[in-house]
Amino acid sequence: MNADKVLDAKGMACPMPIVKTKKAMNELQSGQVLEVHVTDKGANADLTAWSASGGHELLDTQGEGGIMKFWIKKG
Amino acid sequence: MAVNIITAKDITQRVFNKQELFILDVRNQDAFQDWKIEGQQFEHLNIPYFDLLDGVEEILDQIPSNKEVLVVCAKEGSSIMVAEMLSDAGREVSYLQGGMKAWSEYLEPVKVGELKDGGAIYQFVRIGKGCLSYMVVSNGEAAIIDSTRMTEVYTTFAASIGAKITNVFDTHLHADHISGGRMIAEKTNAMYWLPPKDAKEVTFEYQPLEDGNSVTVGNTKINIDALYSPGHTIGSTSFVVDEKYLLSGDILFIDSIGRPDLAGLAEDWVGDLRETLYTRYRELSEELIVLPAHFMIIEELNDDGSVAKKLGTLFAENHGLNIADEEEFRNMVTGNLPPQPNAYQEIRETNMGKITTDEEQQREMEIGPNRCAVR
Repeated sequence: MNADKVLDAKGMACPMPIVKTKKAMNELQSGQVLEVHVTDKGANADLTAWSASGGHELLDTQGEGGIMKFWIKKG
Repeated sequence: MAVNIITAKDITQRVFNKQELFILDVRNQDAFQDWKIEGQQFEHLNIPYFDLLDGVEEILDQIPSNKEVLVVCAKEGSSIMVAEMLSDAGREVSYLQGGMKAWSEYLEPVKVGELKDGGAIYQFVRIGKGCLSYMVVSNGEAAIIDSTRMTEVYTTFAASIGAKITNVFDTHLHADHISGGRMIAEKTNAMYWLPPKDAKEVTFEYQPLEDGNSVTVGNTKINIDALYSPGHTIGSTSFVVDEKYLLSGDILFIDSIGRPDLAGLAEDWVGDLRETLYTRYRELSEELIVLPAHFMIIEELNDDGSVAKKLGTLFAENHGLNIADEEEFRNMVTGNLPPQPNAYQEIRETNMGKITTDEEQQREMEIGPNRCAVR
């Protein structure tokens, strides 16, 4: 999937993945896609919930080898 | 304002003492609705931390200034962030050290009674998850029943009272939490007992626990008498300790009864459950003090934090023991079941030794409430 920006939040513990995601998202235009990489398991549910509450669209998630990737379209 | 740190042990005391506490839980809504810190005088407000990144001004009027305020999250990182924001806004608040992870793993030992020879029985209350385990101590020896995976709590406690762990039991193959029984037995060279009907698939050596087995702890014959009591699992076994305490495992709780569906088909085992609760237990002395392996709601705690009640009282008050009609009983325990515990199949396989998991995975598997009962 094509992303307009990639955020590496691997190794970060809660709440940093979300804090960084929010910052990165602020720099994007509506409709652009942010790709986020995390290793913190709790970030999975939180990124999903945060996207919904912020009006963004979670397009896809993938996980392999302990790294989870998220593609979020700015609302 | 400084941010205070509160431990799971501190909160446990507030639960036992029925103190007031205002909990700002900053986990996401699904996690909060699934499972939270319960106390009779606790108030909750759930606002996910990711909705507070721009500041806490908007929620200040929802946070009381005349009550102790505790911020809670999954591990602690987000609660520190939110607590500091509240502190900067002039509020005195605390956060829970280690978050819900620490809450889930904390065990509070409570002495539930003396034994005839001067020994004692202790209940280890896993307050966050509702699991109860036991240590029977007599004359420098200890037996442990239904231990959690936090094995050091038991070995440290036994050492502190000068007791050597000689026997370790599981009343059944657990589906809601990972047993520490095998590990404690290995560490201390104690005997590890399991009901063989629950242990058909286990990959390790164990001592078969059969109806009528009697185990002595200490020199002075504290008998632990096994009573076959199937229904939650096919092997479920209860213990009568010192002719005074009935350790009922996951068969009978204070305000509910065991569910028959976690290891097979509810339909198959409901008859066993009925037989155990309505015939076998009826033959026991009503003076026995029931010590279950779980509590479900905080109201089941006694004033000292223990979870214990006379069998005769439960016969009178526990709804699950008072359904005369067998069909109605059948419908209640097979048709009215709560959701199954998180990852219960993987937990069973871990307890059988079929899969090996690290501490972090075990933590994840055990997240949430225990859900072993039907009301």
